[in-house]
Amino acid sequence: MSLLKVNDLKVHYPIRGGFFRKVVDHVRAVDGISFELQPGETYGLVGESGCGKTTSGRAIIGLNDVTAGQMMFEGKDLAQMGRIERRKYTKDIQMIFQDPYSSLNGRKNILNTIAEPLRNFERLSAKEELVRVQELVERVGLTPESIYKYPHQFSGGQRQRIGIARALALKPKLIIADEPVSALDVSVQAQVLNFMQEIQEDFDLTYLFISHDLGIIQHMCDRIGIMYRGRFVEEGTADEIYKNAQHVYTKRLIAAIPEMNPEKRFEKMHLRQAINQEYQTEYNNYFDNDGRMYDLKKLSDTHSVAMQ
Amino acid sequence: MKNPVLEIKNLSTSFNIKGDYYAAVDDVSITVHENEVVAIVGESGCGKSALALSVMGLHNLKNTKLEGQVNFGGQNLLSLSRNALNKVRGKDIGMIFQDPMTALNPLATIGRQIEEPMDYHMKLSASDKKKRVLELLRRVGIKNEQRVYEQYPHELSGGMRQRVVIAIALSCDPVLLLADEPTTALDVTIQAQIMDLMKELQNQMKTGIILITHDLGVVAEMADRVVVMYAGQVVEIADVKELFANPLHPYTRSLLNSIPANMEGKEKLHVIDGIVPSLQNLDRTGCRFAPRIEWIPAEDHEERPEMHEAEPNHFVRCSCYKTFYFPEDRVGEREYVATESE
Repeated sequence: MSLLKVNDLKVHYPIRGGFFRKVVDHVRAVDGISFELQPGETYGLVGESGCGKTTSGRAIIGLNDVTAGQMMFEGKDLAQMGRIERRKYTKDIQMIFQDPYSSLNGRKNILNTIAEPLRNFERLSAKEELVRVQELVERVGLTPESIYKYPHQFSGGQRQRIGIARALALKPKLIIADEPVSALDVSVQAQVLNFMQEIQEDFDLTYLFISHDLGIIQHMCDRIGIMYRGRFVEEGTADEIYKNAQHVYTKRLIAAIPEMNPEKRFEKMHLRQAINQEYQTEYNNYFDNDGRMYDLKKLSDTHSVAMQ
Repeated sequence: MKNPVLEIKNLSTSFNIKGDYYAAVDDVSITVHENEVVAIVGESGCGKSALALSVMGLHNLKNTKLEGQVNFGGQNLLSLSRNALNKVRGKDIGMIFQDPMTALNPLATIGRQIEEPMDYHMKLSASDKKKRVLELLRRVGIKNEQRVYEQYPHELSGGMRQRVVIAIALSCDPVLLLADEPTTALDVTIQAQIMDLMKELQNQMKTGIILITHDLGVVAEMADRVVVMYAGQVVEIADVKELFANPLHPYTRSLLNSIPANMEGKEKLHVIDGIVPSLQNLDRTGCRFAPRIEWIPAEDHEERPEMHEAEPNHFVRCSCYKTFYFPEDRVGEREYVATESE
């Protein structure tokens, strides 16, 4: 059974205007997306800013209201649950945030930061709590003394690892990582990514990995969903997306990855121009008259594309 | 040989921290030629932005000490008065900033903002000026230039704003462009567009470009020559093809190995041990990268690391590159043996 099954998820925000500020239209931030996460896999959600990838992640963890659709977590629909019932499942789904500078409370030391989820969900004595926090801190590669320090005393990579320790405190099953490394330097990025792979094995985690960086997504993810204007454009395994992209938008995204071989840069520039040309001429094959994408069509068991 | 446009000679930029001066840019020498893109790469804190600001004279001299020379158009920019410097920057040297959201004035129209440097540096009639602005906007790939001329920055998308910033930098036909992380704040597809645009413009205009970035992908796409900086020093200089085919300095090699796009599949990425030392804690004797590659014996480093020409036109600092290896390449073998015997 899949760990999480998202079915036709929609998040719409009202636009108010006119007399009495009536609702005149909606911003369709997420407009009917469906995907499944199998236990132990890393699923990548990719797209440019404003495509709805973060909104989707936040809807799953409950930080946004859902307009319509189902989110079946281990067979139960999170979208239908009330606050109290949902609380039982918040333990199992945790989040790693983008910016380690603003996601840690500067006035709480590391002990209190990491112990907060424990205090919310488990009854532990002060001693037990300390032991648990120390274990976590060591697991993320910081010294045990550092639990009495404050966030400003750490570097960006260390802070991000503190954020990960906090997410791990309740032994979750699913972690939603929203651009976990985009605020970090390349070498620190590598450190955090390696570490995320390690703990995935140790803790049997499933990741929903949200990012705009296709290089990182390729490195981390088993399956990938490409989003554009709140809808899925293409979904498939990493190989299918990177070696056999079908949708012109996906091709465009992949062509935009900087070429690491300086010998080939003019080839790449011409490739991009060719794909932009294709995007212009074949727009109608991929988008309907309202500029909306078609529904996903299956090409194989794992690979589907939004085409007519 | 092409003419040099800018010669930075032994430039040091030191900041005053609690009474003492600490060098953020330490004895850096770089030459930029006509029609050449020189990329300066490094992580945060390596001094690349401090270097750019020194060239433009944008540091506050109350707590900054500049030493060395920045020779441009027959004069040393560091010794110029503020007025003399203002005649050069914005005219012969254009600058493209990282964040197009903050680089533009939200209260002035796009047209006004592109005209501003022209008012200062060129004497043009109002109609000539407008003609030139529209021409510039077309050149940076903005199609409805008449409309954009009247618009305010908030009405444009990030990519369009960055194009406007480029148009401002190009407004007075600069000989040299300083681009500080020009694509970092942009989406991937927009980044690709801006990179292609800059390549195209550079081919047409024959300007020299200093491109400051942390993204080796951008370097591979844009640069002709690459300067790698670590902890305020230049550690490697080479042509772009040579650098990517044959990186020598341990820092360059580590950086290249830590990029996901460079690796096939789900291999482990290389992690550089330790952290970039802060200005005050930096040990200024010996090889500055040594604390982060502790498995290399001390005698492989030089006492006073110098730049060596390892290959023709390929310079590298310190001798440690000769014996450098990645521990995972060797430890991996040993670990494998250990698990087998269990």
